[in-house]
Amino acid sequence: MAAYLVRRLLQTALILLGVSVITFALLYLLPADPVRQIAGRSATPETVENIRRQLGLDQPFIVQYWRYLSGLLQGDLGRSYLQRSEVSTLIAARLPASLLLMVGAIGCELLLGLTMGIVAAVRRGSVADQTMMIASFVGVSAPQFVVGLLLLYFFSVRLGWFPIGGYGTWKHMVLPSVALGILGAGWYSRMMRSSMIDVLRQDYVRTARAKGLARGTILFRHALPNAVLPIIAMIGIDIGLFMSGIVVIESVFGWPGIGQLAWQAIQRIDIPIIMGVTLVSACAIVIGNLLADLVTPFIDPRIRLR
Amino acid sequence: MTAPTSPDIAVANVAPPVRAGVWRRLLGRPLALIGLFFIAITLAGALFAPWLTPFDPNDQMFDGLTIEGAPMPPGGQFLLGTDLLGRDLLTRILYGARTSLIIGIAANGTALIIGTLVGVVAGFFRGWIGAILMRFTDLMMAFPALLLAICLAAVFQPSLWIVAMVIALVNWVQTARVIFTETSSLAEREFIAAERTLGAGTGRILFRHILPHLVPTIIVWGTLGISTTVLLEATLSYLGVGVQPPTPSWGNIIFENQTYFQAAPWLVFFPGMAILALALGFNLVGDALRDILDPTQRGRD
Amino acid sequence: MKNWLRTTVSASALAVLMAGAPALAQEEMLDPAAKQGGSIVITYKDDVATLDPAIGYDWQNWSMIKSIFDGLMDYKPGTTELRPGLAESYEISEEGQTFTFKLRSGVKFHNGREMTADDVKYSLDRVTNPKTQSPGAGFFGSIKGFDEITAGSTETLSGVTVVDPMTVKIELSRPDATFLHVMALNFASVVPQEAVAEAGADFGKKPVGTGAFKLGEWTIGQRLVFARNEDYWRKGLPYLDQITFEVGQEPIVALLRLQKGEVDVPGDGIPPAKFQEVMADPEQKARVVEGGQLHTGYITMNVEMAPFDKKEVRQAVNMAINKDRVVQIINNRAIPANQPLPPSMPGYDNAYEGYAYDPEKAKAMLAEAGLADGFETELFVMNTDPNPRIAQAIQQDLSAVGIKASIQSLAQANVIAAGGEKDQAPMIWSGGMAWIADFPDPSNFYGPILGCAGAVEGGWNWSWYCNEDLDKMATEADSVTDPAKADERSKMWSEIYGKIMEDAPWVPVFNEQRFTMKSPRMGGADALYVDPVSIPVNYDYVFVTDVQ
Repeated sequence: MAAYLVRRLLQTALILLGVSVITFALLYLLPADPVRQIAGRSATPETVENIRRQLGLDQPFIVQYWRYLSGLLQGDLGRSYLQRSEVSTLIAARLPASLLLMVGAIGCELLLGLTMGIVAAVRRGSVADQTMMIASFVGVSAPQFVVGLLLLYFFSVRLGWFPIGGYGTWKHMVLPSVALGILGAGWYSRMMRSSMIDVLRQDYVRTARAKGLARGTILFRHALPNAVLPIIAMIGIDIGLFMSGIVVIESVFGWPGIGQLAWQAIQRIDIPIIMGVTLVSACAIVIGNLLADLVTPFIDPRIRLR
Repeated sequence: MTAPTSPDIAVANVAPPVRAGVWRRLLGRPLALIGLFFIAITLAGALFAPWLTPFDPNDQMFDGLTIEGAPMPPGGQFLLGTDLLGRDLLTRILYGARTSLIIGIAANGTALIIGTLVGVVAGFFRGWIGAILMRFTDLMMAFPALLLAICLAAVFQPSLWIVAMVIALVNWVQTARVIFTETSSLAEREFIAAERTLGAGTGRILFRHILPHLVPTIIVWGTLGISTTVLLEATLSYLGVGVQPPTPSWGNIIFENQTYFQAAPWLVFFPGMAILALALGFNLVGDALRDILDPTQRGRD
Repeated sequence: MKNWLRTTVSASALAVLMAGAPALAQEEMLDPAAKQGGSIVITYKDDVATLDPAIGYDWQNWSMIKSIFDGLMDYKPGTTELRPGLAESYEISEEGQTFTFKLRSGVKFHNGREMTADDVKYSLDRVTNPKTQSPGAGFFGSIKGFDEITAGSTETLSGVTVVDPMTVKIELSRPDATFLHVMALNFASVVPQEAVAEAGADFGKKPVGTGAFKLGEWTIGQRLVFARNEDYWRKGLPYLDQITFEVGQEPIVALLRLQKGEVDVPGDGIPPAKFQEVMADPEQKARVVEGGQLHTGYITMNVEMAPFDKKEVRQAVNMAINKDRVVQIINNRAIPANQPLPPSMPGYDNAYEGYAYDPEKAKAMLAEAGLADGFETELFVMNTDPNPRIAQAIQQDLSAVGIKASIQSLAQANVIAAGGEKDQAPMIWSGGMAWIADFPDPSNFYGPILGCAGAVEGGWNWSWYCNEDLDKMATEADSVTDPAKADERSKMWSEIYGKIMEDAPWVPVFNEQRFTMKSPRMGGADALYVDPVSIPVNYDYVFVTDVQ
């Protein structure tokens, strides 16, 4: 186990290194000049060159990357070109909002997904089952920004139940969480349904039923814990989906998270911020995957970590 | 090389599981039928757009806007209303279907080719080349896909084909992983070993035995992948980094009109439904195909 | 040596001695109806990047910085008229190259220390020092020693000298009629050295100035709170006790909150989709203040790239664009333009008629230029709404005269980069990056965007238009430093822009109008809500009417 963990952590580090190289190279190739953005429109060519030199942007790619990497290894994500703040400060200020949104989305995924999956499995073949499975397909096929805009229109503009975007109270959280979570809810309901059907076929459930235990007890005591575990592992793997989703959802709802930070930075090629957000997201994704792999053996003892 | 054919025991095993009955079985499933219906409608809209609408998708009509510059609501001369430039919305949605389908097929086709290539090579040859390819796949998995796509789009300055390429570069990873798993388990099967002892060359094993077995998976992932591609194209265009105007795309229709969506929700609603319908169509058909072609795989993964 | 003594301040100081308070009130331009106290809420979509006056260059933090800091010069609220700020008075030498500023005494920084001439010198050294990376450094190019400090051979401007603790002398290397405007820019704000040293690179997050407000709290990504500076040197100001800026608020949300009474001024204005609704409601319309803006939206044509190297082609394009339609697309929130300068700018030529919309004539001119079948080109545009839409309207107009322009809708940085290359962008729609004047002077629309100085790699003169004769005329006009000859100078500038329009490197498309909406309790003259230098409002002078 320890050896496995060490190897995985080493792999993780290598992957993050790779992500940083590729992103840095892409930004280096970008046909735009960040120095122009910093220097402003009244700058003289000397000012521009000065700034370029100070930021080290006149150096060859290798040197620039090496500088970035050595900073990174000391925990320094650099300073934003345009916001003139530490990237780590900017990310730290916005990360809680994004995490909150992700928690909300996971909650929505589990609530909607599990409920639908259980009902569908228990009433297999019924109209309810059919409807829910179609709904789950709609969930995975709906573009998140459209879901977001339509939720805003119906529940905020027309019905006035929720605020039209913004951040602060639980009411602000509902619509963005649903918009972000509906995709996962679609997947989870289908997974839950099939895993529940499998569990309900198992001998111990049959035994329980034969012993005359109440339906509810069987369902929630025996079947559910076993059926729900694979889904918990899935959440770790889904971090990647969230990281893409927040860019869109935060922009639709004006949510002050790292997705918006990244999006604004891309518009103005604020390279340190783009690098920072990409690395933080990649970290989250890799750790999510790692955790998912680590919990799998506890869920299914047949799988051993290699 | 004359290949030993019929008497070979392996052949019976190796015969591709794709059979003529697939279509019949597909048509027998109501959900798949719904999916095929959505795809057919979109295809028809894209193909017959010039005959289905009297307008040009890029014609900014004088009477398409009010004096104050507001779009026309649905009904009357413009069936689904007009957009903020006074263009007929229905016409733009019909022509937008072309964009979605072209990108869906081109991008996903490319992604499928890359993914299959990487997966097969890594799964079949293993060794250092397999290790490198799969570590690279892991690396790609660690990227936030949308951020990567936005950065790529910025580097390559978008056009229709560039957008397709960007999406392909982001989307091949899933396919590669699935194909890798299948190829490696196939490569370990007895009949492959038997072939080897019979002296079959690598090329022969790959093309006669491995690839045919992968066909169902490729078909399934190809179909499901179009849905992902359509959604990603729409999202990129919605963010303003996708297909260039005035080429209509369902995503950029929403991008261009969203400032008005409270006053004119149809400008978001109709193109949004179009995206949903097409993605849903491919998802439903893809899922049905998965059930038909590979009964062991259910649900996700 | 004869000096022009600019005496507004000293004269009124004299008046104070004789008549007391009323004269003072006149100088500070106090509003007799104003009430002291209360707080307001202002919203923005985007976060505030920095409040460092040497760095901040967004329209959004520009006015915030103005309220936290002061420069030697200032503008009368709601106007483009200069008035002394931290300078009590100033003298200009005869040849117009030496400015001597006498500072006000008793002005205190927010940290309690008194401001002196050393601070002025330090601030100018700091903003021009390449290490500061100020986007405004270029404005100070006329100060003696600027080139040396830019080159990094020295850390101090030789042209700025401290005569005594209350007097600072600035020598220029060339006559510069706009220099007093430059001294009124945020970049020329006076900052205390010790506070900059203490905060280091984070001065922008911990600003210390002499302004009417000081920064209270700042929660990144959420809100900023400005608190009244009790020791403000303009007595009786500011009226408000507190201003809260809430960021991350969609314009549409801000408007709804305004309607509910939770917000006083939506900083991003009225969102397009709600504009008609607001203007159709008399009660709401009454709270909208409309005003001009020192802004022009234009299309550049790269004179280095065929066929835009032909004057006739550029003129034909000028006639091909239906500006009324473009204005209609943005809900008539602008007025069609026919020259580079906006109407509220000195030097704007009212008599100039420009190129009328005439596609037939445009076609004929293209035919004359040997392009009867039109040609293909590219139109670059920034990829945020409404710019791609405007570009498509332009594209349709161009196609009507046979010009097939394909649109390149890119991130702001990419468009700027393409414009700065000689052979990249044949046409650019300026929206989103358009020229909003830094100060109300006609020269500000020339140098970097139409003069030879900007027509360099990485420059902002995206049409690459460079006319040496006009450059000479511009230098001549800027040497007219005698304020008595201001009209003459304006005429010279009108002539320059007239000649530019003959060569037609631009299609001036429209001048944006400002529409500021306010809550019913907001008080103060309308001019404060469309203040040409403080957007959206002049924070120092507005007040609320519901305080006791």
